[in-house]
Amino acid sequence: MITAITMPKWGLTMTEGKVVQWLKQPGASFAAGDELLEIETSKITNVVEADGAGSLIRIVAPEGSTLPIGALLAVVAPPETAAAEIDAFVSQFVVVEPADTGSEDVAAPTPRELEVLGRTLRFLELGTGDVPVLLLHGFGGDLNTWMFNQPALCSDRRTLALELPGHGLSSKDVGSGDITFFTEVIEAALAALTVERAHFVGHSMGGALALALAARRPEQIATLSLLAPAGLGPEINGAFIDAFMRASRRKDAAEALQYLVHASSSISRAMVEEFLRYKRLDGVASALEAVAHAWFPQGRQAVDLTASLRALSTPVQIIWGSGDRIIPVAHSDAASPAAVHVLKDVGHLPHMEKAGEVNRLLRAMMD
Amino acid sequence: MQLSHEALLTAYRSMVTIRRFEERVQEEFSKGGIPGFVHLYAGQEASAVGVCSHLGPRDYIASTHRGHGHSIAKGCDVTGMMLELFAKQGGLCGGKGGSMHIADLDQGMLGANGIVGGGPPLVIGAALTAKTLRTGNVAVSFTGDGGSNQGTTFEAMNMAVVLQLPAIFVFENNGYGEYTAASYAVGCHDIAGRAAGFGMPAVKANGDDFFDVHEAAREAIERARGGGGPSAIEVNTCRFYGHHSGDAQLYRGKDEVKRLRDERDCLKHFRRRVTEAGLLDAHQLDEVDTGVANLIEQAVVAARAGEPPQSGALLTDVYVSY
Amino acid sequence: MPVKTMRQALQEALAHEMRRDPTVVIIGEDVSGGAGTEGGRDAAGGVLGVTKGLIKEFGESRVIDTPITESAIMGAAAGAAVTGLRPVAELMFSDFLGVCFDQIFNQAAKFRYMFGGKARTPLVIRTMVGAGRSAAAQHSQSPYHIFTSVPGLKVVVPSNAYDAKGLLIQAIRDDDPVVFCEHKLMYDLRTEVPDEAYTIPFGEANVVREGDDVTVVALARMVHYALDAAEKLGAEGIECEIIDPRTTSPLDEDTILDSVERTGRLVVVDEATPRCSMATDIAALVADRAFSALKAPVRRVTAPHTPVPFAPSLEKLYIPDPDRIAAVVREVHGFVQ
Repeated sequence: MITAITMPKWGLTMTEGKVVQWLKQPGASFAAGDELLEIETSKITNVVEADGAGSLIRIVAPEGSTLPIGALLAVVAPPETAAAEIDAFVSQFVVVEPADTGSEDVAAPTPRELEVLGRTLRFLELGTGDVPVLLLHGFGGDLNTWMFNQPALCSDRRTLALELPGHGLSSKDVGSGDITFFTEVIEAALAALTVERAHFVGHSMGGALALALAARRPEQIATLSLLAPAGLGPEINGAFIDAFMRASRRKDAAEALQYLVHASSSISRAMVEEFLRYKRLDGVASALEAVAHAWFPQGRQAVDLTASLRALSTPVQIIWGSGDRIIPVAHSDAASPAAVHVLKDVGHLPHMEKAGEVNRLLRAMMD
Repeated sequence: MQLSHEALLTAYRSMVTIRRFEERVQEEFSKGGIPGFVHLYAGQEASAVGVCSHLGPRDYIASTHRGHGHSIAKGCDVTGMMLELFAKQGGLCGGKGGSMHIADLDQGMLGANGIVGGGPPLVIGAALTAKTLRTGNVAVSFTGDGGSNQGTTFEAMNMAVVLQLPAIFVFENNGYGEYTAASYAVGCHDIAGRAAGFGMPAVKANGDDFFDVHEAAREAIERARGGGGPSAIEVNTCRFYGHHSGDAQLYRGKDEVKRLRDERDCLKHFRRRVTEAGLLDAHQLDEVDTGVANLIEQAVVAARAGEPPQSGALLTDVYVSY
Repeated sequence: MPVKTMRQALQEALAHEMRRDPTVVIIGEDVSGGAGTEGGRDAAGGVLGVTKGLIKEFGESRVIDTPITESAIMGAAAGAAVTGLRPVAELMFSDFLGVCFDQIFNQAAKFRYMFGGKARTPLVIRTMVGAGRSAAAQHSQSPYHIFTSVPGLKVVVPSNAYDAKGLLIQAIRDDDPVVFCEHKLMYDLRTEVPDEAYTIPFGEANVVREGDDVTVVALARMVHYALDAAEKLGAEGIECEIIDPRTTSPLDEDTILDSVERTGRLVVVDEATPRCSMATDIAALVADRAFSALKAPVRRVTAPHTPVPFAPSLEKLYIPDPDRIAAVVREVHGFVQ
């Protein structure tokens, strides 16, 4: 059988992607989960993994080419397939328009809004199922934080990504900006969404929030996955927080964001632009300032949840990048070693930098 | 309107300050202490003071290249002005404006202006602010007979009428625009009449008589404050010096300046009027003269001793791209 | 994210700032339109409708219809700015600067410096630029370089709706006079524009497209033509880096210089006439500060040194187009010493 590798759609805004590098060459065979190629997206460069085993017979999209989502990138077929057959496949290939573009009768997965404690919050709901997955981004993050994860997790689950106050396009009023404020907002949001129990996934500050919620309402939490969470030690990269808050120009923003990842080249120009667009909104500067002041005064973490973590009876896992330059991976010592997954050559964004691996860990936890 | 004893003294002090300031500027300019060029207001004092007596610091005026008199009448600091003329630190504009750009927004002085006819459009803007924010303030445009012929002035008058702005257009007709007679350059020979043609009340006032100007200004300013829209006043006045300091004044008639000083000196008229009516006595006026002489002397001493702006000032107070 | 036209984006910026700050007023000819007529106000909203409807929310004391009187409008706006309002004055066509330049050039631009730093002049002058509608010689020019040459003025030349909104809000909040140039053929261009207010800092160029072969600096509508050209050239293996300065004063010199340091080649595309223009200015900047990086002559793609013609056929020749841009980029790319 001849099959296609096509340009994936990651996240809400992706319309095209650029082939950065082929990690498998024509003639190579691969197993499910093997890394096939790197694609530059609106955030960072991500890897396309093989769905199943096969042989890469022909590369159609050369490195450096930018193609719309759904476009043919390469052909997978048994090694003995005749060249003419492959030619025919390529020439007859039709780009399948994704459901959410073009046609109007198919509802696009657009974020919706929710009124909570006098604020408008954006959330994105994908998939259906019993116990939903709640995705909580970190300081300065937004719905797109989960662009490589939510589409993967939603195939057999209801997934809810919540945009916290002060972030993304949610209301910019963050009140005191402290952990109590945010946990109250999240609880109210869950009530409004009639979610009684969920798998909580939190990144960084969102990890601390997930942990705090688990401690307050253990019955609400089915499982807990913490990605480079805050709240497990006093250290944090104060220089990053400062640079993140100060950056209003592209150069400064690019420098600040590079702290986030292991390979600095994987921050795209589009991610920098998206970050700046967020930073330019009225109210964002003061919101971030209030949050940073409550959580990270003088470059130290004010929130300590190590006791909560130890007291937790909910199933929990911690995923951390070995090269995290924001919160040291050593903070994972607070958890039982069995529950910790340290990913090599990964910075503070494991769910983006090693999306495939993180998605597998998340699924394993929830199953 | 009967002016109080105090108001009369204040008006006299203001007029004398202008006169002595200008006489001294002429003297210092001749000695070479003042760079550039200066346009002196001596002879026209009753106009500036007659109008500005009705204004507070939140009322605005815009002036002309001949702006020292308006600045003093509006409350600008005399030493700050002298420092500015001498191009020294501490000058009202830090030595970056000079005689033709003296401004003090805190005193409601929107600036002298190097462009004839530059001020009237700005004044209707200040009046627009007053109207929009309902402050009850007014804005006064001082222009000469020369400025009365500029299109900008016509546009400003029309728009002031259209938007019913609290603006007063004062035209100081001193008989000359630069070296040319107003009787030549003002086609209709009637600046007030022309202003009236824009649809606003316009009167003529005798600039040799403080009280006449004062009364005309009172009516116009009260009308503006009360929401009655703009007015114009043509003040017939005279200048004792040339267009600028050092002007050879070849255009003047024989003994013209002497005759003006003898017959049309608004200060002399004021002094005679108030003493004859028994409102003020000569002794009080002499005391004011002495005080003003000291003030001007101190200002000149400070200005001579002042430091020029630091070189770094070249690049401040403006966005400098490269 | 909602998609909006530049016209909508500009109106949102105005409305947002007028709600936020009661000292913001709009003043100009027919900014609502219909004053004194049987048909009544809001008959126009500016000749191309940017301010239409605003009078309904803000009333005639804040959307101020004036006579046709550019000197009085610009002067009143400058005088109002320096006494406590934040006027957004409309100079309908930038070509009309000739009848009001003193109030911009000698008055508003100079207050702050001339008065020793004691004046704030938060004035925005919105004005239309650009050829392409057969509006002929007195309604089609792009004289942003004239404003740019005046110390004390800031000059904005947006190329899309997102930038237009953020830059206009920034302009209104700025304490210096800003001339905001809107290309008359771009009002219906759509991009994603947040409903919320946001600001884009002045002096920060936008790198519209990345490429390693030739740096192309383009302004306003020319950004889109440069992109069209780059698309074709990309297929030929020539990768253009397209820089949209967004503001010509301040000018983001670093972004241009950094790019030329990398590509060694510069083409400047400007719809304005060629002499003493932004194209000339940017070429001079690079010759001065990045000479050693240059691998080819700096080339300018501009209008000819003529008035804008009326005949559509001539006007088409007047305006730089993607083919001309591509041809010049090819020459620069293929240049051999």
